[in-house]
Amino acid sequence: MKLITHNMLTSKCLKGVVTGYPLAINATDIKVKEVDFNPEFISRVIPKLDWEVLWVAADSIGHSDGLPRSLENKYDENEEFLKKAHKVLLEVEVEEGHLTCPESGRQFPISKGIPNMLLNEAEVQ
Amino acid sequence: MTALMKLKTLEGHLQDLKGFSKPKIKFEQYETPAHIAAIALYTIQTQFGDLEDKLILDAGCGPGNLSIGAVLLGAGFVTSVEIDADALEVFQENIQEMEIENIDIVQCDFLSESYFRWENMFDTVIMNPPFGTKNNAGIDIKFLQMGIHCSYDTIYSLHKSSTRSHIEFKVKEWNMKGGVVAELRYNLPATYKFHKKQSLDIAVDLWRIQHVRS
Repeated sequence: MKLITHNMLTSKCLKGVVTGYPLAINATDIKVKEVDFNPEFISRVIPKLDWEVLWVAADSIGHSDGLPRSLENKYDENEEFLKKAHKVLLEVEVEEGHLTCPESGRQFPISKGIPNMLLNEAEVQ
Repeated sequence: MTALMKLKTLEGHLQDLKGFSKPKIKFEQYETPAHIAAIALYTIQTQFGDLEDKLILDAGCGPGNLSIGAVLLGAGFVTSVEIDADALEVFQENIQEMEIENIDIVQCDFLSESYFRWENMFDTVIMNPPFGTKNNAGIDIKFLQMGIHCSYDTIYSLHKSSTRSHIEFKVKEWNMKGGVVAELRYNLPATYKFHKKQSLDIAVDLWRIQHVRS
């Protein structure tokens, strides 16, 4: 699971959970894999994300080095910044661990890089 | 618009991918044949430019033919969702084999409401949903509706041509616009025991559906 995906996931599917966002990350195995840098894509995707959530998530797994906590103006013209954003969004990968719902404490396992968000019937809204 | 590789090259790559190891009838698991996936993706990119540099969702991805094909045609990033762990295992082997990285998989039930912070998130949603035969009547429409919910712009989806007028009706009902952009023939090999013939030709439509923005 890459942090771009973490930025999209919620546990509001759980019965009684209102926002379920952001999920806390517990990582026991993290890998950094090289992905081709695509500045156009990175600048287009940033406005769709919750940057604060991304920063906190990156920080919680030890990958916030050099990443600004808030977005600067004209970030899309700053290649240095886009490279850092690229790395943290697409290259850092949580292989093993779990995600935790901030409201209910329900844990979702991450195994071989895949978060398992399946619920049993009693848990569904 | 241009594509990063030729149609034949794309189809060749998709042909090399592994299919469902344990197909399950409850999920109506049929592979998207390489030629169908290739023509669909090639159409999406060359006619509409809706893959290259885009944020893409592949809903009900199975072993990942459409996801991998989208990356080969230059997708910025693909999120692939699938309920079945066996299909995902094959998908991961396919990803490793192809040495591609800008795909993430989430195991979940796509049809279950509000799993994600995803309303209007994705540039392009691609899917080959279950046809909604056997005991799954209506599931194709549910996939389509959820796909629309997750997409900011455009949804591409494969459906039996026999359902065309029903989908036309639904698209209007949802205040969307869209139409069939390619007519394809799906040669379905006998996957399950109840199949009496060796293979069956089924006419399928590639739908392109968009939000109407005033």
